[in-house]
Amino acid sequence: MNRRKFLQTAGAAAVTAVLPSAALAAGADYGKLLILVELKGGNDGLNTVIPYTSPEYYALRPRLAIPRDQVQQLDAQSGLHPALQPLMPLWEKRELAVVQGVGYANPNLSHFRSIEIWDTAANSTEYLSEGWLARAFSSAPAPRAYAADGVIVGGAEMGPFSGGRTRAIAITNLEQFLNQSRLAAPAAQARTSVLQHIANVESDIVQAAGRISTEYVVRTDFPPTPFGNAARTAAQLVGAKAGIAAIKLSLNGFDTHSGQQATQARLLKDLADGLAALKTALVEAGRWDSTLILTYAEFGRRPRENQSGGTDHGTASAHFALGGRVKGGLYGVSPALDRLDGNGNLAYAVDFRQLYATVLERWWGLDSIAAIRGRYAPLDLVRA
Amino acid sequence: MRYSLSALGALALAVALGSVHAASPLLGAADARHLLVRTSFAATPVDVERYSTLTRQQAVDRLLSSSRQQAATPLPVWAEGPFLSPRRLRTATAEERQALQRERREQSEELRAWWLAEMRRTSSPLTEKMTLFWHNHFVSSDQKVRSPQLMYRQNVLLRRHALGNFGTLLHEIARDPAMVIYLDNASNRKERPNENFAREVMELFTLGEGHYTENDIKEAARAFTGWGVDIERGEFVFRAALHDDGAKAVLGRDGNLNGEHVLDILLEHPRTAEYVVEKLWREFVSTTPDTAEVKRVARVFKDSGYDVRAALRALLTSDAFYSPQNRAALVKSPVELVVGTLRQFDFSGADMLPFALTTAQLGQNLFAPPNVKGWPGGEAWINSTTLLRRKQFLERLFRETATPSAPVPDVMAARLPQPGMRAERLMRAMTDVRFDAQQWLGQIGGRDAGSVQHAVLAAAPSNTLPDGVQGLQALQLLVQDAVYQLK
Repeated sequence: MNRRKFLQTAGAAAVTAVLPSAALAAGADYGKLLILVELKGGNDGLNTVIPYTSPEYYALRPRLAIPRDQVQQLDAQSGLHPALQPLMPLWEKRELAVVQGVGYANPNLSHFRSIEIWDTAANSTEYLSEGWLARAFSSAPAPRAYAADGVIVGGAEMGPFSGGRTRAIAITNLEQFLNQSRLAAPAAQARTSVLQHIANVESDIVQAAGRISTEYVVRTDFPPTPFGNAARTAAQLVGAKAGIAAIKLSLNGFDTHSGQQATQARLLKDLADGLAALKTALVEAGRWDSTLILTYAEFGRRPRENQSGGTDHGTASAHFALGGRVKGGLYGVSPALDRLDGNGNLAYAVDFRQLYATVLERWWGLDSIAAIRGRYAPLDLVRA
Repeated sequence: MRYSLSALGALALAVALGSVHAASPLLGAADARHLLVRTSFAATPVDVERYSTLTRQQAVDRLLSSSRQQAATPLPVWAEGPFLSPRRLRTATAEERQALQRERREQSEELRAWWLAEMRRTSSPLTEKMTLFWHNHFVSSDQKVRSPQLMYRQNVLLRRHALGNFGTLLHEIARDPAMVIYLDNASNRKERPNENFAREVMELFTLGEGHYTENDIKEAARAFTGWGVDIERGEFVFRAALHDDGAKAVLGRDGNLNGEHVLDILLEHPRTAEYVVEKLWREFVSTTPDTAEVKRVARVFKDSGYDVRAALRALLTSDAFYSPQNRAALVKSPVELVVGTLRQFDFSGADMLPFALTTAQLGQNLFAPPNVKGWPGGEAWINSTTLLRRKQFLERLFRETATPSAPVPDVMAARLPQPGMRAERLMRAMTDVRFDAQQWLGQIGGRDAGSVQHAVLAAAPSNTLPDGVQGLQALQLLVQDAVYQLK
């Protein structure tokens, strides 16, 4: 059943009224916001969350290893890259969860294919066209009065929102989006299903544009980087009470095949500064306790550094969950550098779909099986 | 309306000459338009007039007989120059590496612009449509192959057989270096078979899912062991020492099979013709192949020994192709939207570099389909981002065209981060893109909204035009209508 049909059959009365009823019917608590942050290109997890007591780590990375005394220690074995220092206050407040060893079986090392696997919550051998959030929103849409189910800030690819009947909008710049939205002119009546699809997309644009105001002033200072700007736009959308269940941000450039040291340090600084500012802005907007921020990437990078001062495509990696309701701490399994696979890559310990199950079940209160196509155990990392 | 009048006139003339049977009426303007938009990117007023006086059979014969096997657009100099091995990167210093990578990026951009220029200007748009069809069938991506030269050579191969023989194409594409690299036959060896090509050749190139077993794949992979690419010369090699010459069984046939044998077994399989025809149906007819019609066309295809023209002739003369419910039923791909618009309205400008970037932004980066399944197409082309971009592209293209000398402003000037030569080339290319509205409107037989609509849209618009709108203003509104996204 497509989503519009669902809304129609769910009861015309409920649909015309304020729509929390539809959300309640589906059992979803979209008063809680999800912010996804994609680290595009495949962030090197091993130099993000560093096993600083591991002799194998220093042996595999004679040039790239972060010296022990520079690591921001999380516990007696693991620590963060020094550029992530702005996240340490969150760690100390127990609002930062670090999940190690996130990946999947039979990993694919192509950027395009692997991010598709993540976006569609697929097994490595299946090709799916719908994103995992698209599937979730198709069966449990956000309230009709919301601007959108999902907003992608600063990118064009719909990623986890692609396909399905989900109301997802991509915005790079708010003013530009509102200006461009004048081009959308949904037809009152569509004669065919393909025209209906186009009319739906156009009405999603109009609906979002009508709910988004630029009047809310974000007082927090954001770093003047592309990621900082995108995070500010996210804060603006949240502060303006546009009504959005999920936002996706991305930070590009992690494909560090050569000269990794400087590049990754700069990117992780952008990430940490942007996330720290976003936290402040969400506190300012009164939304920090109802926001879950989650990082992800197509893959981590190979433990053994290459000849160019970089690292090649790898497998499992470490990811972050942040928010006022996050149960801070270390999750997953620290990298087993003594048990690499045939390509010299890490085994995974946490299936990425367990993170999705955590969002769907523990955060939104939804059943997750249909959206991620199977039963994956959620992690116990958010408070109710 | 001019088309139907001239078509009627021609019909009367043809009837008078006794050359038309009741069973094969002339196309008329609407059918001619439909045929041309689906097969030739656009239906220009001149072509609609020429085709409207032909029967279905004659029209398809004309399309097929004017086809080409080679591109006419001048090549970038490096394309057929000495082979630049991707291996050069291995021994390069960090600086050289950066320079080589930049060179490769520029070459792949030039290659995209070159192909789009061929699509834009060719006398046989069907050849390019089919080359694009095969590019999305026998998928390879420069993102993995990392050699614009090998991608160019593959494109030449696809074009040579675009309207030729599918069996020959299958055999040649299997040995095509870009394909051998893309689907990992390059690392398929006796002691460590790689199943990637064996799997995809069955699942995506010939049989489709459900018509083979995992064991067929394993056995077929062994048959392809030893296939590889001489990466210094960019050529196919067979390395006998890496080939497994034991007995294998594929789809019920056994023996000491090699890769060529496996391809022949796949070509003999009754599913192959049906699978390819289903895909042709989705490309040309509708999103829902008709089982009985597919079987009929597949029989024609198979009986002809896999002559692509025979399949297309059967498909493009069928009642299903011309059925009212299949009009305006398919979404234009980004390439069709961009090339089609430039052809339809006869925009000036030869350099297609800006449009290579546009199609990529709209979700179709030539030579880089997202994965081995190719671009999913259909409704997936349209989301909030791509729809607004499509509309903005069209708005800018037609914005300042009241006087023919006015340049199209920034087709995408808002995004020009790269300084230097490339930026200059883009600016110059965009300045050259012009539409002569007065001349174009003069060709369609009337400035009234109805005449413009019939020339621009495949069906009535979704949003009715306001009263009294005509000429360029009608055109500007109609290209913004949802129906303009359809073919």
